[in-house]
Amino acid sequence: MKETTDARIDEQLVQFTLSMADDELILAHRNSEWTGHAPILEEDIAFSNIAQDELGHASLWYDLCCNLSDDDPDRLVFFRTPDEYRNVLMVELPKSDWAFTIARQYLFDAYELVSLNNLVNSTYRPIAEVAGKIRTEEIYHYRHTSSWIKRLGLGTEESNMRTQKALNELWSFAGQLFIDSPSIQMLADSGVAPRSEILRQEWEEIVVPFLQDSGFLIPSAEPVDAIRGDHTGNLTSLLAEMQEVARTDPSAKW
Amino acid sequence: MVSNNKQLSPSTILEALEKVMDPEIPVISIVEMGLIRNVSVGQVHITVQMTPTFSGCPALQTIKADIERCVRDLGGEKVVVETVLDPPWSSDWITDQGREKLRKFGLAPPPKHGGRIEVTFFESAACPYCDSQRTVLKNDFGPTLCRSIYYCNSCQQPFEQFKAL
Repeated sequence: MKETTDARIDEQLVQFTLSMADDELILAHRNSEWTGHAPILEEDIAFSNIAQDELGHASLWYDLCCNLSDDDPDRLVFFRTPDEYRNVLMVELPKSDWAFTIARQYLFDAYELVSLNNLVNSTYRPIAEVAGKIRTEEIYHYRHTSSWIKRLGLGTEESNMRTQKALNELWSFAGQLFIDSPSIQMLADSGVAPRSEILRQEWEEIVVPFLQDSGFLIPSAEPVDAIRGDHTGNLTSLLAEMQEVARTDPSAKW
Repeated sequence: MVSNNKQLSPSTILEALEKVMDPEIPVISIVEMGLIRNVSVGQVHITVQMTPTFSGCPALQTIKADIERCVRDLGGEKVVVETVLDPPWSSDWITDQGREKLRKFGLAPPPKHGGRIEVTFFESAACPYCDSQRTVLKNDFGPTLCRSIYYCNSCQQPFEQFKAL
């Protein structure tokens, strides 16, 4: 079962691994929406790959969660209601235009890299192992989206303007990734997960200079006032689509 | 019912696994790919430990089923395929023989990275058809999770490279 020796930590672990999994799953779904619609064929291929990778990562996190909570990944994915999901708001936002997709992906990829770089040192071994595995693949995502940020920033007036607008809209949503909570503090105190403040600092150390070098202004916006579990209508419509087939016949074998 | 697991040795099983081919790249075996970490024969069941390549790879389920079938065909009654994540699979684990088979198949083998993938980002890939270094990366991503897409300016053909991981 791989529990720790502390039942309270175990409960936080269930929520933590579920949050990580839900972030990946919802973002994967948004990225898959570009399949057949990306601006160029190479990006159709790239974002389909990125989405598939993210589903693989979600799967690893759901497995961890279910080992602790005796649950089933398929049930979590296909039969939970929106209010039971634990992803951040940023990943459920519609894909919008290319600039928005790239900006969102870039900010999230940078967060994921700093998160994983910390999680490989988790005192909870299963998390350290999953983080180590995901990190090897995540580096290609960051490479891809950071190249695009540069291209969009230093490309044309229009590409810069659209991306700057996207960054301005996304900045407060990105802030939600670093909101502290008693749960995070508990996990940080036991060395399972990094402190929110550390994550935020390391994230800013990467994205601020990079965005500036790419010709962007750094927005200033307070983190959105939301906790994991708060959602918009975006998630409702996303899940209605994603869960439709499974819910048509819940007893079907896949 | 006595299990005849005792008649099988890990090396016999490993030898048999050398004939289980990668479902998407049928010229290379899962052993040459460096997927198989350990084989042990216990009183109750045989355990085969494998490391997944790319976590979202849809071939992994097929590979698991193929391993189970392979061991059962040998007479092993109860086989458990365990996924091991640590250390994560590295493309450096592909054997030299395997790399050559990839190249002959038209897939440029992954550059060796010794644990630091970033160093491979600046290497050019040799064309598997004409061996030229006048190649250019077209896409970090390809038709499967494990491949990227290149173009050779010498023989003017596109080719794929197995990604360094």
